Amino acid sequence: MVNSGGLQSILRKYEGNPHNLLQILREVQEEEGWISPDRVAALETALAVPRSKIIGAASFYAFLHLQPVGRYRILFSDNITDRMLGNQALMEQLCQLLWVEPGKVSEDGLVSITTTSCTGMCDQGPALLVNGRAITRVDEARIVEIAELVRNQAPLSEWPEEYFRVEDNIRRRDILLDSHFEPGSSLRALHARVETEGMQASNTRSWREGLPRGLVGPATMLDEIKRANLRGRGGAGFTTGLKWEACRNAPLAEGQDRIVVCNADEGEPGTFKDRVLLTSYADMVFEGMTLAAYAVGARRGFLYLRGEYRYLLEHLEGVLARRRRDNLLGHSIIGIPGADFDIKIHVGFGAYVCGEESALIESLEGKRGTPRNRPPFPVTHGYLDQPTIVNNVETFAAAALIALNGGEWYKNIGTAQSAGSKILSVSGDCERPGIYEFPFGVRVVEVLEACGARNTQAVQVSGPSGFTIAAHEFERRICFEDIPTAGAFMVFDQTRDMFEVARNFVHFFAHESCGFCTPCRVGTSLLKNLMDKLHNGHGSPYDFEEIEKLNHILQAMSHCGLGHSACNPVLDTIGKFRPAYDARMAHQDFTPAFDLDRALSQARQMTRRDDEQAHFAAEHGAAQ
Amino acid sequence: MEVTEKKKLKVATTSLAGCFGCHMSFLDIDERLFDLLERVEFDRSPITDIKEVGVCDIGLIEGGLCNAENVHVLREFRKQCKVLIALGACAVNGGLPAQRNHLPLTDILSEVYLSSPGLGNGLIPSDPELPLPLNQVHPIHEVVKVDVFIPGCPPSGDAIWKVLTDLLSGKAPSLGHGLIHYD
Amino acid sequence: MSETFVLDGQEIPFAPGQTIIQAASAAGVYIPRLCYHPEFKPHGSCKLCTVKVNGRHTASCTFKAAPGLQVESNTEDLNAERRTLVQMLFVEGNHFCPSCEKSGDCQLQATAYELGMMSPHFDHFFPDRPVDASHPELLLDFNRCILCSLCVRASRDVDKKNVFALAGRGIDSHLIVNAASGRLADTNVALEDKAVQVCPVGVILKKRQGFKVPIGQRTYDEVPISGHVPAPAALTEEI
Repeated sequence: MVNSGGLQSILRKYEGNPHNLLQILREVQEEEGWISPDRVAALETALAVPRSKIIGAASFYAFLHLQPVGRYRILFSDNITDRMLGNQALMEQLCQLLWVEPGKVSEDGLVSITTTSCTGMCDQGPALLVNGRAITRVDEARIVEIAELVRNQAPLSEWPEEYFRVEDNIRRRDILLDSHFEPGSSLRALHARVETEGMQASNTRSWREGLPRGLVGPATMLDEIKRANLRGRGGAGFTTGLKWEACRNAPLAEGQDRIVVCNADEGEPGTFKDRVLLTSYADMVFEGMTLAAYAVGARRGFLYLRGEYRYLLEHLEGVLARRRRDNLLGHSIIGIPGADFDIKIHVGFGAYVCGEESALIESLEGKRGTPRNRPPFPVTHGYLDQPTIVNNVETFAAAALIALNGGEWYKNIGTAQSAGSKILSVSGDCERPGIYEFPFGVRVVEVLEACGARNTQAVQVSGPSGFTIAAHEFERRICFEDIPTAGAFMVFDQTRDMFEVARNFVHFFAHESCGFCTPCRVGTSLLKNLMDKLHNGHGSPYDFEEIEKLNHILQAMSHCGLGHSACNPVLDTIGKFRPAYDARMAHQDFTPAFDLDRALSQARQMTRRDDEQAHFAAEHGAAQ
Repeated sequence: MEVTEKKKLKVATTSLAGCFGCHMSFLDIDERLFDLLERVEFDRSPITDIKEVGVCDIGLIEGGLCNAENVHVLREFRKQCKVLIALGACAVNGGLPAQRNHLPLTDILSEVYLSSPGLGNGLIPSDPELPLPLNQVHPIHEVVKVDVFIPGCPPSGDAIWKVLTDLLSGKAPSLGHGLIHYD
Repeated sequence: MSETFVLDGQEIPFAPGQTIIQAASAAGVYIPRLCYHPEFKPHGSCKLCTVKVNGRHTASCTFKAAPGLQVESNTEDLNAERRTLVQMLFVEGNHFCPSCEKSGDCQLQATAYELGMMSPHFDHFFPDRPVDASHPELLLDFNRCILCSLCVRASRDVDKKNVFALAGRGIDSHLIVNAASGRLADTNVALEDKAVQVCPVGVILKKRQGFKVPIGQRTYDEVPISGHVPAPAALTEEI
């Protein structure tokens, strides 16, 4: 238990600021295992935040617990790639060994076991999280050992290090991954470029006041980014230079700052390249953020780190501390007067929707991660209504590379509309899953060859919200002109059932819908139920009409991209793998979603009847 | 007269987990019943006391699905009727009986037959003649395809008349303001 | 001369800063809505007020009117989509109108009438939701909550109390009250609070009032909801 002194020190660390509510809750939970009513009451007083808001925010996030959970909380990653590697049987095995039902806490409070959305370990799955720490390469033998460790109540620090080893698995390097980046080199290169143009970064005015005449340091950075034609690496591909410029030009009210946010909420199933960048290229990412801050005139930055990557926090804090020592963060960075910038890390808690930039900002502010109504956009009204840029981890790393080598150099790599390289997270049916960096414009078939994929039936590019690519499209190119991607590249060979792939993705969206808008909140659940109905053998052509209707409503009426794209995997697989659906709509007549005979089970149990009348004859359940 | 020489449409009605209130409301079409009988004849219905439904043009179902027998009757109606109409709140969304759905059936049966005060030697009836209750009450569209819905508890005689006359004149039935009611 | 946009072929004047739904309401044109209320900042969550602006779906409660916009609202396609949204709300909760005190005064029900919803269409979720009868004067029946958050906004922005909040995520989203016990009786809610007045459905009910006006003589029994277009709060008084 945290004594009240413990709580006080957490509150001190976060300056008693209600906007840091979620980080405070995380630290309380890390010490106590859950957030008890006592702690909620204490925080209500200390932060002057109503209880309803604390509960409202905390209950939004899958990894924050307002009820006691097992002392060992085990979450199996449930991406389709984990399923292909047998996670379901492994979870069943562990549940049996530990005498616990999935989703419940064991009676002695020792352990709870359930599933979670993709944890970003697809190249080394099946994966799980135990009390937030990632375990990779789970197999039957490891499950037996884990059960033993749990039963003996061994503290995590005594579990074999090997379990927690996370590999980078970098298989192909290009301009970014092969850059041998020296911390500070981009900042100095930019500064040198400015000086050759004979200008100072700042004279009497601080850089955050925008761009006073004569202050060309920031302008130089912006020019290079524009010249490079850098586009956002989160998938949508918005032009980075335009975003930065809009933020820099946004007026500041009294007491406001501009804010730089790095979106490391890498939740799109099948994506794990940001994990590798943060593990082995963190300096490049932070340097990119610092350059962005310089360009837009920001003094504060955040790295929003997904909860699944919590294990990287100490490492990243270490990098930040070193950069502060080396004058690469803090005041007058590399001696440029007024160049002040620092970065805080905000850890997320299991909410995919927070990858949407306005939901991410809400979360940063200590609130439920609900996407905002736009306009206004974050570049003018972001974090606490201040002008804010939110960019992907890879975008910032690319910015550092551009500052180092110049925009002209960068834009000549890749294709006309897609400058530079793209880092792909390759997983699924291939010999060498891992990280592949290619120049934009690479053909799907080239990636398949590189990773050793054989008999490939389909590739899911850019995750469930992306595109299902069938064999006849393997000549298509990865770039904004053809197939844009946030980085996921999941390979499915001929043995895979593409209906089950889509069903897994539909479950994902239903689990991750924030619940704000009607069409997505209810529609994703209805779609999930329909896909389950087909899976359970109750499908008929009527259900097909229903699926199409829901797809339309989700696309047309949803509030944000999550709802808009929730139907993508279904639409794509219906279009390209129709037989997988037809096989599941064997009934000619409308068939109920539930099993009629099972609907009499409780009555049978209570009356102890098992006569013919106590059952629905098989004919009723089958096609008529 | 030409009209009487035309073949009359066959109509069947039944009540599943309902209270026969919708049937009472059906009788509220009053003297228009005579006009209706010019154009239709009744198959299975409380009006005729026919027990098994035959081939029909229109089937009107009152009530939701509470037990196994309800399901059998509904499926028989669906098989025999060209147009199946869900008549009233219980058929449309389960209605009052469905308000047991948040309780486990096992608890309900225990409470009613075993643990209520004054039951003495409580016993859950288990005669094979008795249809078993379903775990949850379902509206009829969750089990068969339904063509037309008339909401209301009960729908007014005017609403029922409107739908039937629309159907008889070959129009898609529609209820405007005042006729469409869920209460 | 104020500027105008075109809504279903009709010129609608608007004042600078007005949203489409505000301008339409001022002109007496009904656009279906549930989470929108003229006295509060728009929320944009129910999506009933979705219109097509220059061919694109958007919520009219958050979209600012602009000169020359071509807006479609009362079309067969949009009303069919809205009907589907209302059906989603009906199957998501437990909406049994015959046993609801709010029947006839309920905006969800009246909107469903307006859109010609004959059945909830989808399979019902039949969720297990509590009723909170702890308060001597008020009843909370969460079975009927549509998560419009009007009570949340009213309590926070007008009453300055935060009696209500949304909790949970996705299909598990639900309304909570600001008390450690979870009971309304243990909050500082008061009968005259704005939050108590704004529920469009039958969640927040005053006890012993429900059947003062008989069924059949209620707000939307007489005139359909499209005839009750609420005048938008004057822009100068907007909070």
